[in-house]
Formats: sequence, C-alpha cells, structure tokens
Amino acid sequence: MSAPAVAAAGVWKYFGDYPALRDVRFDLQAGECLALLGRNGAGKTTLLRILGGLSGASKGGVLIDGGEVRASGTRARIGWLGHSIGLYDELTARENLRTFGTLYGVTAATVSDWLERVNLAHVADSPVREYSRGMRQRLAVARAFLHGPRLLLLDEPLTSLDDKAIALLQGLLTAARAGGATIILSTHQIREAMELASRVALLDRGRLMHFGERTAQMLDDPGYLYRTYGGEA
Amino acid sequence: MTALRHAAAIAAKDLRSEFRTKESINSTLSFSVVILLLFSFAFDPSPDMIAEFGGGLLWIVFAFAGALIVNRSFARELPNDCIDVLVSSPASGASLFLGKAVACFVLLFGIECICLPVFGVFYNVTWWRSLWELLGVLALGTWAMACVGTFFSALTVNLRLRELMLPMLMYPILIPALLSVMMLTNTLLTGQAMPSDFGVWLRLLIGFNIMFTTLSVYLAETILVR
Amino acid sequence: MRTKVILALGAIGLPLLLRNLYVIMFLVPDDLEQGPVYRIFYYHLPAFLVAMCGYITAMAASVLYLVKRDQKYDTIAVAATETALAFAAVNLITGMIWGRISWGIWWAWDARLTWALISWLVYFGYLMLRNAIDDPTERAKNTAVYSIFASASVAVTWKAIEWWRTQHPGPVLSIRTGGVQRIDPAMENMLYINTLALLLLGAIFLLVRLRQEEVQREIDGLRRYAHALN
Repeated sequence: MSAPAVAAAGVWKYFGDYPALRDVRFDLQAGECLALLGRNGAGKTTLLRILGGLSGASKGGVLIDGGEVRASGTRARIGWLGHSIGLYDELTARENLRTFGTLYGVTAATVSDWLERVNLAHVADSPVREYSRGMRQRLAVARAFLHGPRLLLLDEPLTSLDDKAIALLQGLLTAARAGGATIILSTHQIREAMELASRVALLDRGRLMHFGERTAQMLDDPGYLYRTYGGEA
Repeated sequence: MTALRHAAAIAAKDLRSEFRTKESINSTLSFSVVILLLFSFAFDPSPDMIAEFGGGLLWIVFAFAGALIVNRSFARELPNDCIDVLVSSPASGASLFLGKAVACFVLLFGIECICLPVFGVFYNVTWWRSLWELLGVLALGTWAMACVGTFFSALTVNLRLRELMLPMLMYPILIPALLSVMMLTNTLLTGQAMPSDFGVWLRLLIGFNIMFTTLSVYLAETILVR
Repeated sequence: MRTKVILALGAIGLPLLLRNLYVIMFLVPDDLEQGPVYRIFYYHLPAFLVAMCGYITAMAASVLYLVKRDQKYDTIAVAATETALAFAAVNLITGMIWGRISWGIWWAWDARLTWALISWLVYFGYLMLRNAIDDPTERAKNTAVYSIFASASVAVTWKAIEWWRTQHPGPVLSIRTGGVQRIDPAMENMLYINTLALLLLGAIFLLVRLRQEEVQREIDGLRRYAHALN
C-alpha cells in the first residue's frame, strides 16, 4: 500500500493564543477530490496554506506522497490557486506564465499551449493589468495547472469566477482527477464544487468535525452536513 | 544548477517588472538628485572639503536610494498574493532571496552610475581618475546593501510600519560595510594616494559581504515560510 | 527553585557590589595620570563585559531557538538582550562622563566608542522588531534571525579594536595584552572582582526577566486552553 497522496497527522496551528487548527488528521488517496467546508474563520485557508508549504504547522505535520512539503521536489507537484490571482499586473500573460513556468521546469511550448487552452492566446502579449476579470481568472487557472500538478490546492475557487471560468475549471479538474491527480478545494457549499468532490471534510473552529464520502444527500440539502456533524452553516 | 536557474528567473522577472513600470527607478533617481542638491546648500563644497568627505556624502545618497529600492523588492510581491505562488513553487527560499538581491543590485548600481556624473557636475569633481577601482568598490558596497536590504525587506514585508522599520533596522547592521566603502570611495573619488589602512577597509568590506551573503542565503527559507 | 537561585545570587552579589563600591571609593590607589576620576573605569569596563556576555547569550539562544523551535530559547534571547542593553547603556554613559572629564569632550568618533553605540542601536532594533510583530511564533522566529545578523555585526565591533588606530586607551587587561602588565596588579584584580559583581547583578536581571516572560507564556497557554475548550 503506497503512501497516501495527502496525509495530515495531528496538525495544530496557533496564531498567538488562538488555535486556528486543532488536531486535524486525515488521509487522502490519489485521485480523490476533497471538498473542505466550514464557515469563515474555521481554518480552511490555514490548512490549505500548510498543505501548500506556505506555512508550517505548530504541532504535527503533513506529508505529500510521503514527503515533506518543504523538501525539494515535493512542491514541483503542487498547484496553488489562492484567493488572489497570483499574477503580476505589469507583465504580460506570456511573461507571467513563462516566469512561473521556469520555476516548475515548464517549456515555452507548454506555455503557448496553455494560453490557447484558456483562450488568451490572442491577448497573450498584453499586460495583465488590461485584462477583464474573467480573463484574469482564466489566466490564474492556467498558472495553477501549467506544470501538470499531482496535487491541486484551491481556496474557494468558484466564488469569484464567472460562468465561462467555472466551466473551464470544472473541465480541468475532472481531467486532472482522471489522470490520477488529487484535489483539495475549500468551498462554501457551492453545488458545482460539491459535485466535483468525492470526499468531504467539515472544519469548525479549527477542529475536523467530519471526514468522509460525499453523499448525494449533501448535494441536495445544503444544511445537511452542518446539522448532522455540528458547527454552524 | 536548478537553484541558480530559479534565482535568475526571479531576478529577470523583477528587472522586467521594474523597467516596464519604472516606478522605483524614476522616483529613486529624482530623490537622489534632490538630496545631492540639498547637500550643496548645507555647506560650501570646496575641493578640500570634497576630498575629505566626498565619498561619505555620495554614500549617504546611495544609502537613501538603497532603502527605497529594497523596500520595493518584496513589497512588489504583495498585490495579488504573488508571494504565495513563489513560496509554494519549487524555488527555495534561498533562490527567491538571491534573485531579488541581484535585481536590487542591478537597479542600485545603475542609479549610482547615473549619480556619479551628476555629483561630478554639482561639486566639480573629476571622479573618473581611478574609474575601474571606483566601480569595483561601488559594486562591493552596493552588494552589501542589496544583500542585507533585500533580506530585511523579506523580514519586514508584513509589518505595519514597513517603510520606517526597514531603514531603521538595515542601516545599523550595514554600518561596517558603509563605513568601509565610504573610506574607500573617498580615496578613489578624488584620485588621492592610498592611505596605509586602505587594505584593511577593503578586507573588511569583502569579509562583510561574504559573511552576510552566507547568512542571508541560509536563513531566507526560515523567514519566508510562515 | 528559580527563586532560590535568584536569592542566592542576590545574597552573594549585592554585598559584593557594596564591598566593591567601598573599596573602589576609598581603598584603591589613585591613577598616576588621571587622578581619582579613573575609578569610574571599575564600572565602565565590567559593564561592557557583562553586556558582551548578554549579547553572546542572546545569540546562542537565538540559534538554539531556530534549531529546536522551543519557545524557552526565545524567552532567554529577549531577557538577555534587554539585560545587555541596560549594561551597555551604563558602559556608554560612564564612558561619556569619563571622557568629558579626562579629555574634555563628551564624545569622540573613535572606533571603540562608535562601535559601542552602534551595537547598542543594533540590539535596540531587536526590541523594535519584537514590538512590531504580534504573533508570538513569527516574532520568535524573525527576531531570532535578526539577532543572528546583529551578533555578526557585534562580532565586527569586537574585532574593530584590533584593526583601527584609536584615541581610546588600548587593552589593559593582562589576559588581552599577552601577559604584559599594563596596569597595577591591585587595579587589575579589582577590575575582575567588580566584573564578577556586575555579572551576578546581570544574572539576577536576566533571571527575573526570564521569570516574567515565562509567566506571560503560561498565561498565553492557559488562554489557548480556554479557547480550545469552547
């Protein structure tokens, strides 16, 4: 039995006095898609940041494919899409993707390819500052998927996307899962996100209240999880 | 080596950004020229005076310019949370630091090279008498500022009073390097004969650079991962 | 246990300090050239030595914190730095007073004086940085890193004495001049004894400050526990 794609073992995270995460433990196998739910302040972003190597856990740790996140090589397999787009406004789309691409060992051809896929090839050499909101979102998605990540971490990805971008992202996520990638996305019970998920985790004030299969009931009844497993919607 | 390739990509990105917008360069250059002008009101710069402290004067201007440039270094990663993308990328903290430090060095050195002729004009100094040695010394001093400054830029990037804290923390730590480079620049600027302690200052400056570059590269990862 | 140590140090240190004060004021002979004012030297130099001990302790604690990530090292680092700053201030002020009387000037920009001031400013920056960071873990980590930079800078300070010509008197302690007796042996002994007394005083300051930080940490821990119970 190979190491789980993501293994969180007794993760605690303190910000001063306040425990943002309390003894979070779960295993996620490759190819799964985990929807991370919880109200604002529950610790979703904190957990994602620890998984992405942006923060260190105060106690306990996470292993990605059996390896430490800050070890070289592990991060090459992670794709990150946070609250903000993570792009430089003053650079062009191509320059942005080429810069990040170099960090991940991605070729110029792949970059051009992705610009086509997200329908930005025709404006690839204009600065991102001039893009519409939808275009910026599509470029951010391209940036996250550029290097063919094995683990995708998305922080409330669907909240600020328009219809076209949502469709694009859904297609990419499904394809990624089919290719054996693991996905963790935090969400506020948005149906599209829940549909993508195979597993569900509920965080409340830093504690993991529930971790299990995503059932049909959860899709149809938004309040079900919160009522059943505690925490507030 | 991958680490150097990453650093080069970061340096190229920073420089490309800066030359595209020219925000930092323009304001820092204007600021430096204004300071040079102000100093001319503070005292009447006779050739003897310039021989005595021309190097020091020049480096005060460069130190102010340096604080402006390095402050921008990590601050430019805050909009759109680009810093998160960089830290979660395969690039190590050391590569991120090194790339940004090199970019700061290039920008600062460029500004210094423009300030030299301006200085020459305002204060009537023929500064090119030992040109290559002068440029070499400027490069050493500039690297000290770029290295320590960029590191502290990373350290203070999330603090409330960043613009104030960065110079306040950076300058005292840089004093050994600034002192050495001021002494060296003073001698070379006006083509004076080298005093007996010239070698001491040079060794100190080089030693400082080696020590703090090593420390910064080694500790960059620690401060970038929260 | 800690209280007993503090009391024990106090029981030795304070009488020693008082005894030294008496000896310095009344029993030690006058300096040939400077007259009675040189007696301030018995506090000036030991204060510097205690400050240096504090700086070194702070650096060691900072390195240990980064390696072990145990909060107690951060506590030691801040206590040591504050103690060192207090003694360094004594060093600077006694030096200024002495300089005013001996040389007629409050300050001279010679290597040693300047570097003492710089070291003080550098470590004061440590306190400023501590104030600016709210989260204790980030604060401990970032100030530990700053402390290492500061220590490297102070290391240059220490070396500076040997590298530059200076107006300030050169080293006088026989351990530093390699056995050559620069000052009267009675004076030298007194210097060592007063250094001991000031060290004990410094240790008391450090331990009291440590206790203060630890109590604060315990309160923080209890607060966390209370939050977790919610």
